[in-house]
Amino acid sequence: MTFQEISDKLKENFKDSILEVKIVSPADSSVKVTSNNWRDIARFLRDDPSLKFDYLMCLSGVDYGKGVLGTVYNIYSMTHKHRVNIKIEVNSDNPEIPTVSDIWPTANWHEREVYDMFGIKFIGHPDLRRILMPDDWEGHPLRKDYQVAEFYRGIKVQY
Amino acid sequence: MPETNLENITTSTGRPLRHEEVVVNVGPQHPATHGVLRLEVVLDGEIVVDVIPHIGYLHRCFEKHAESMNNYQQVVPYVDRMDYCAAMNMDFGYVLAVEKLLGITVPERVEYIRVIMAELQRIASHLIAAGTYGLDIGAWTPFLYMFRERERILDLFEMTCGARLLYNYMWVGGVSHDLPPGFIDKAKDFCSYFRPKVKEYNDLLSYNDIFIRRTANVGVLPADVAIAYGCSGPVLRGSGVDFDIRRDDPYSIYNRFEWQPQIGRGEMGTTGDCWDRYMVRIREMEQSINIVEQALNQIPDGDVFSAIPKRIRPNPGEVYVRTESARGELGFYIVSDGSGSPYRVKGRSPCFSNLSVIPEISRGCMVADLIAIAGSLDIVLGEVDR
Repeated sequence: MTFQEISDKLKENFKDSILEVKIVSPADSSVKVTSNNWRDIARFLRDDPSLKFDYLMCLSGVDYGKGVLGTVYNIYSMTHKHRVNIKIEVNSDNPEIPTVSDIWPTANWHEREVYDMFGIKFIGHPDLRRILMPDDWEGHPLRKDYQVAEFYRGIKVQY
Repeated sequence: MPETNLENITTSTGRPLRHEEVVVNVGPQHPATHGVLRLEVVLDGEIVVDVIPHIGYLHRCFEKHAESMNNYQQVVPYVDRMDYCAAMNMDFGYVLAVEKLLGITVPERVEYIRVIMAELQRIASHLIAAGTYGLDIGAWTPFLYMFRERERILDLFEMTCGARLLYNYMWVGGVSHDLPPGFIDKAKDFCSYFRPKVKEYNDLLSYNDIFIRRTANVGVLPADVAIAYGCSGPVLRGSGVDFDIRRDDPYSIYNRFEWQPQIGRGEMGTTGDCWDRYMVRIREMEQSINIVEQALNQIPDGDVFSAIPKRIRPNPGEVYVRTESARGELGFYIVSDGSGSPYRVKGRSPCFSNLSVIPEISRGCMVADLIAIAGSLDIVLGEVDR
């Protein structure tokens, strides 16, 4: 399916949850959705026979600045060889997005990484711990307003 | 998977045997973890109940570094250090992503040089993977044989760009040096030298009875689980999924060459076992030689750098570009805000996803098989942790 058909199909089924459809090139067009309905959309993307998005390629967090955080899901279908990019934006004061780690198990570690780097909480995640940084690290390093602490366990951090 | 009912085991006097689970740490410093990986293993006797991988020991803030660079070109050396066993493949993925963001094409000769380097690097990387895998399982000699051939590939890289491990060779818009005089002949010599060596590896390791018994039917990864966990590269193909980005989502000039993606077929046991994953790598090396030979014969003359400004400023936008590195799907998600430095660079490393499947396929196996499973996934921690 082309991106146009995929986004039309999403609009048909989740009219209220689709915020924006951005068409650039076939590979980089994206659909922005609301976070509250995300699990239903994700399950639909995976299970609908004409979509069959079974392969979550990448899940990235982005800090858009001005208090907006976001996640980007690059999803591919091994069956139909088509792809779609889904974006979700949340407020950085209390960033919460429902988990999709039961829908695509690979999201488990990717969501942990986004949590570690951006502090976005994935609601319903079975094991939301830091993954790359030490467990007692302060702050979320990839946020644009991140200030590194002077000391970590008595070790000077910045040189 | 072995089922042992420990409740009924008693001594000869009828006393029930006490048993409990223990936690054993494999790593962070352990020769079989291929770097600084810690596997927290819950054991019931010799049977693995659960595995909890702990990563991050080699985290060097690649993504944070990339954001603080004031030029897209400066990220390339950092990319090299992600997967230090396949640095050319890493460079390739990153420069393709930036070039796509810029909307530029590179000269024909550059495309060929990049493919030649990437495929030679794939062979070098698979030689490490297969060699150290033998080492994990207790076979010392194949490791030495494979490193002997790898040296010759590193010699080719050294004569091209002076470095043997981390090359900084592929730049946005081209490559840092043209091929040196004599490279084509030397590379052709290597191809004809290397082909018969694959048979040597097969005789020595692949079809060795002990090796087969250690790897066949061990760590079986079914195709649907592999896809759900985002596995890619030889791990995915070992499970019988016929998917290779070079063919199915072609980039650069891969559609010009004749070659076959290799998949696991369960020849020694079940499809998706450790032997299949290992054998996919051995067979891929032969395919890479095919590609290198064709590219060496077709390579045109010309420039090795396209005319781009010294300080690149892509238009605001974003790309996700994926390439087939030696270990699987290497993706770069880059967001540009129109300035000279990248707003966000995310490296989607193949080993990160490949490693996340390890608890799923290790539960119920013996602790010695866990080492065989970890080795068959061919992880490079530099890339897992970035």
